[in-house]
Amino acid sequence: MSKETNKANLLERRSVVAALLEGRKDAIVVGGLGASTYDIAAAGDHDRNFYLWGAMGGAVMIGLGIALAQPELPVVVITGDGEMLMGMGSLATVGLQQPKNLSIIVLDNEVYGETGGQASHTGGNTDLVGVARACGISHASTLATLAEIDTFAASMQNVAAGPRFACIKIDSANLERVLANRDGTFIVNRIRGALGYSPI
Amino acid sequence: MHAPSGAPTETAASWPDDIFEILQRFDVRQVPYVPDAGHSQLIQRVLGERSMRAVPLTTEEEGVALLAGAWTGGQRGVMLMQSSGVGNCINMFSLTQIFRFPFLTLVTMRGEWGEFNPWQVPMGSTTADVLELSGIKVLRASHSGEVRDVVEAAAGQAYNACTPTAVLLSQRLIGAKVFVK
Repeated sequence: MSKETNKANLLERRSVVAALLEGRKDAIVVGGLGASTYDIAAAGDHDRNFYLWGAMGGAVMIGLGIALAQPELPVVVITGDGEMLMGMGSLATVGLQQPKNLSIIVLDNEVYGETGGQASHTGGNTDLVGVARACGISHASTLATLAEIDTFAASMQNVAAGPRFACIKIDSANLERVLANRDGTFIVNRIRGALGYSPI
Repeated sequence: MHAPSGAPTETAASWPDDIFEILQRFDVRQVPYVPDAGHSQLIQRVLGERSMRAVPLTTEEEGVALLAGAWTGGQRGVMLMQSSGVGNCINMFSLTQIFRFPFLTLVTMRGEWGEFNPWQVPMGSTTADVLELSGIKVLRASHSGEVRDVVEAAAGQAYNACTPTAVLLSQRLIGAKVFVK
């Protein structure tokens, strides 16, 4: 995968996600189908990580369901532009519910990296920050530097000031996959256990 | 989705209240829905209940993912939708198999029993099969007197046995939508 020279200053996804999750504390983290799940695994497996290996377009809604059930905990959704585009209506649903503990981060490389690097709409005319803001998520911004990402990561711990949305333009390099757990019942029951819920 | 056909002139049906009582007893907390006239009375009850969070959706597949998240976070939920919405959910239904979580949906039927609108018929005709092919158990209530027992059974197997379940509320129960008086 050759990077275009005019995109040489874009951030590298693994260091972005590592910075987002470094001070996560008790946060529950949902990763969208594709590379964002690998990025979260690369930052370190955690019993509050919710990895998606399918259900494209569902990451934000899973995060919303958790956020409404656990309003005192930070809930963080980290997904890609393609996954976000497939569930764009969920931004309207979040905008209506206004979950104050939910943060949504889109790692935007403007391509479908998992399927061969085909162009996505965000490299054309679609502005996801504009969509989020127009859906009523007023704290919506583009982050371009690691300093801005550190500030945003700290804000994720504030469960009284969301929802918030961030789009981070990253380079489109395809990195080696870091395989997360892919057994759904294990993933869900591990989080439930961490929250104090027993199996049925 | 169809709008309420004018002001309700008849006495309100009692079966939506039966459903509401069962949902309360099973401690249902999140209620995602895409509106349907057949669900309007139940939606009103949910909107007026502080212990329940009504979550209007832009498309029904959002509700499947929401309920997976709700369960992960320790809450039970139920999705209210119309038969056409079942088709919108198909890929997202995989979550019910992958997570084996207590998925329950109450589906008001269109496209059967005196339907006026032919556009409702194709999806209404395949709704039960689509659910079953997706691994979801299907129960049906066609008369007001059986709604309580059917929904009670569905909630029991969904929440106690983590068995994904749908209840089809027949158009015969709800009444075919009247387009022309």
